[in-house]
Amino acid sequence: MADNYTKFVNGGLGKKLSKQLGLPRPAILRRYAPDAPLTVGPVLVVSDDASAGDADALAKALVAWDVDVRRSGDDSADIRWGGVVLVGTAAESPEAVSEAVLALGGTLRKLAGNGRVVVVSRAPEAGDSPTLAATRAGFEGFTRSVGKELRGGATANGVQLTGGAAVDSASALGTLRFFLSAKSAYVDGQVLPVGPSDAQADVDWARPLAGKVAVVTGSARGIGAAIAGTLARDGAKVLVVDVPAAGESLAAVANKIKGTALQLDVTAPDAGTKILEATKHLGGIDILVHNAGILRDKLLANMKPAQWDAVIAVNLASQLRINEQLLAAGVEGLRIVSLASTSGIAGNKGQTNYAYSKSGVIGHTAATAPLVAALGGTANAVAPGFIETEMTRSIPVGTRVVARHVVPSLQQGGLPIDVAEAIAFLSSPVASGVNGQVLRVCGQSMVGK
Amino acid sequence: MSTTPSPVPSTREAVIIGGNRIPFSRAGKKYVRTSNQDMFTAALEGLVARFGLQGERLGEVVGGAVLKHSKNFNLIRESVLGSSLSPTTPAYDVQQACATGLEAAIAVTNKIKLGQIESAIAGGTDTVSDAPIVVSDRLRAALLDANHAKTTGAKLKALAAIRPKDLAPVSPSTGEPRTHLSMGEHQAITTAKWGISREAQDEIAFNSHQNLARAWESGFFDDLVTPFRGLTRDDNLRPDTSLEKLAKLKPAFGSSLDTAATMTAGNSTPLTDGASAVLFASREWAEERDLPVLAKFVDAETAAVDFVHGHEGLLMAPAAAVPRLLARHGLTLEDIDFFEIHEAFASTVLTTLAAWEDEEYCRTELGLDGAFGKIDRSKLNVNGSSLAAGHPFAATGGRIIATAAKLVAAKAAETGQPARALISVCAAGGLGAVALVESA
Repeated sequence: MADNYTKFVNGGLGKKLSKQLGLPRPAILRRYAPDAPLTVGPVLVVSDDASAGDADALAKALVAWDVDVRRSGDDSADIRWGGVVLVGTAAESPEAVSEAVLALGGTLRKLAGNGRVVVVSRAPEAGDSPTLAATRAGFEGFTRSVGKELRGGATANGVQLTGGAAVDSASALGTLRFFLSAKSAYVDGQVLPVGPSDAQADVDWARPLAGKVAVVTGSARGIGAAIAGTLARDGAKVLVVDVPAAGESLAAVANKIKGTALQLDVTAPDAGTKILEATKHLGGIDILVHNAGILRDKLLANMKPAQWDAVIAVNLASQLRINEQLLAAGVEGLRIVSLASTSGIAGNKGQTNYAYSKSGVIGHTAATAPLVAALGGTANAVAPGFIETEMTRSIPVGTRVVARHVVPSLQQGGLPIDVAEAIAFLSSPVASGVNGQVLRVCGQSMVGK
Repeated sequence: MSTTPSPVPSTREAVIIGGNRIPFSRAGKKYVRTSNQDMFTAALEGLVARFGLQGERLGEVVGGAVLKHSKNFNLIRESVLGSSLSPTTPAYDVQQACATGLEAAIAVTNKIKLGQIESAIAGGTDTVSDAPIVVSDRLRAALLDANHAKTTGAKLKALAAIRPKDLAPVSPSTGEPRTHLSMGEHQAITTAKWGISREAQDEIAFNSHQNLARAWESGFFDDLVTPFRGLTRDDNLRPDTSLEKLAKLKPAFGSSLDTAATMTAGNSTPLTDGASAVLFASREWAEERDLPVLAKFVDAETAAVDFVHGHEGLLMAPAAAVPRLLARHGLTLEDIDFFEIHEAFASTVLTTLAAWEDEEYCRTELGLDGAFGKIDRSKLNVNGSSLAAGHPFAATGGRIIATAAKLVAAKAAETGQPARALISVCAAGGLGAVALVESA
C-alpha cells in the first residue's frame, strides 16, 4: 500500500535515521474499513460563544454516529483526540473567534495520529458587512495553515456553509462526516462550500449508494478501477466503460465488482447515447464519473497536432458531449463527477495539453452545475495530486520524490482509493448540497493559483 | 425422396441476447500454450461482464472442442467453474466437428423452447497451438499391457515390445478416417466437379477480408469481442490483401487431380485458435432482467452426405439441410436478408450456391421440383467470415450466431420490418448444420 520510503521511515532504523537527518517522515495513513470506528478517538467540538448553538447541534449528530463527543477540553495527560471540530458559523467579528481558535490550538499536541481537524464556518456572501465577510473568510486561510502544521497523518479541512444551509442539514453533516472519516485520508487543507439540500439525513452509511446505478469511464485499470470498486462497495450497480482494446482488463474489473462492462471509446460521437442505452437494463443512470483520460506530454514547442488533439478529445471534449447528450435526454438527479488534476490548476511543464484539458474540466463543471441542478443533480470535480499508479511510477525518480514527499503536507503520494473515496462521497445522496465544486485529493500539495 | 415437411411444433421462443468471443489467432501465434479451457473461460468471462451475469445460475452452458485432450473430458463444466458464473450452473460437452458450436446452440435453444431451462450459453473453443499429441497405437498398446500386467517380469515383457519407431508422436490431423484424404483434398474434388474457378474463389476470399475489416473499423465487434492475451483483433485479417496478391499464391490442394488446382492458402481457412460464447434465454428471462433481445433462434436442421463412396462432396451437407429448413417454415431464399455461410474454403460456399442453382442436382439429390434458387450475393457474409476471421473449429458457430443476431437486429431497427439470417456450417464426416435466425 504505502510506498517504500514511507514504509522505511515507519520502521525501527528508518524512523531513527529520518528523524536525525530531518528527512520527511510520512505517516501510514488510516484508510476506510467497514467495521472500524469513524474516528481514531474522541471528538471535541469547540466554538465561539455565538456559534454554541450550532456546535451543540453538530455534537448531537456526532453522538448519533456513535462517536465519543466532548463539548469541553480534557486535561488528562493521556487524552488523544480523534478529531476536533471548530464551529464558527455564527461568529460576527474577527475578535470573537480567538477563544475558540486558541482552544483548538491547545488540543493539537494531543491530536492522535490520523486525527482530524474540521472547521465549520459560513462562506462570505454578497451583502455581508466588511467585518462579517472578514470574519468568515478568515477561516479559509486558517484551515489551510492548520493543515500544514499537523503531523502524523492528521488533516485539517473545512465545511463552508453557503446559501443559509443549516449546520445540521444532511449535506453539512455528510461533508463533516467525510472529513472526519478515514475516507478523506489524502484530502487535506480543503474548504468545501456546502449549500442547502433536501437530502435525507437518514443514511445507511455502510451502503450509501444502494440502489444507484453508476457509470465510470476509463475504468479498466488504475484510478478508474478503484472508483468502480468503491462505488460498488458502497452499494451501486456499476457500468464500467473503457476502450475496446482494454476489454480484457475491463471484463475482469466488471466481474470482480459484479458490474457490467461496456467497451466504448468515449470520443465516439454517440458515446452519451450508448451509455444511456447500456444503463437501461440496469435501471437508468444516477452517477456518471468522467475518469477517462490520457497523457501525451510534450513541451509546447515540440507539440504535434495529434498529441494536443488526442488529449483534448479524450479528457475534455468527450465529457462535454456526453453531458450534453445526457442532459438532452432529461436524465434526472444525475450526479456528475469529473476528474480534474492539480496540473490543471497549477500548470505543469510538458503538460500544456493536459493542463488545458483539466482546467477546462474545472470550467465546464462550474457551468454544468446549474444545468444539472435544474434536474435535481450536481456536477463536481475531483482534482488528484500525486497518486501512486502505474502512470506515476514512470515519472523520473527526482521529480517523483519531490512530488511525493516534499510538496504535500502529508509527505507522501495518495492512493487510487483516496480519489475514489472523494468521488463516492460527491456521488452520494448526502452530498446533494455540494455543487459546482472542485475537491482536491492532494495531501495538501498546495500548488497553484 | 421428397417428404412433406411436418409443421413446426409450437413452443415458446428462444432468443439471442448477445455474444462474446476472443479475437481469433492463427495457430502458433498469440495463443501458443493457451489451453481450450483458458480460451473458453475467457470467452465466458467477457460474456458475463457484458451482461452482468456474475454469480448467476444459468440453465446450462454447452459447448465443446474438436481437438480435445482426454483430460478435458469435462471441458465446459471446468470452464464454468473457472468463471464468475454460479458454480451451480450445469454444463456439458458436445462435439460435431466444425458444427460443434452451432449444434450446442441447437441443443440449448431446444431446451429453452421446451421450457426445461430459462437461460443458457452455447459456444465452443479450439486450439491447434495447444493440440493434444497422440502416441502411436503400438506404443499405447505396450503401455496398456504393461499397466495391466501383474508381475514385474510380465511388465518388462510388455515394455520390451516397444520399438524405436513406435516413439514418434502422431500429430493431430484433420484427415478423414475413412478416406485418409485431408479436408482440402476432399473439397478440391468437389470444387473440380462443379467447375469453380480460381478467380471466383479469390473473390470470395477478398470480400471476406474487406467485409471483416470494414466491420472492425465500424465498431461492429465492440460488443461481440473481448481482447485476450494482448490481442485486440483477429490476426488472420488482411485488410490490405488484393485480388492480385491472392492470384499469386500457389495451389495448396487438388494438385493430383486432372483439372487445374485452384485452392490456395488464400482461399482456404488457416488453422486458428479461439473461443466463442452466445447467451440465449426465454423471452421472459430476458425481460425480467431488462436484457436486450437481439433475435430469435427460430429453428435448425442438420444433414449428412455419403462422401465415403464418392457419391457426394465431403462438405456438401448444408446444401441438403437448408431447403429442408426453409420448407418447414414456408420460406425461400428470397426471404432471407443475410446469408452466413461458413467459409471452410471459398469453394465450399461456391459449390453450395452452385448446387442450389442446378436444376438436375436439386431434383435428383435434394428431391425438389427444380432449382432451389440463386442468392443475392450482396447478402452473403456481409461482415466477413472464416476466410478472414479464421476458423477455430468449434468456435465458429458462436461467432456466426452472434454476428447474424446483431445484423438482423440492426436491419429490423432500420427498416421496421422483420429480418432473417440463414446460418450454414459444413463439417467433417460429411456433416452439416444450418439454422434460421430472425429479428426479435
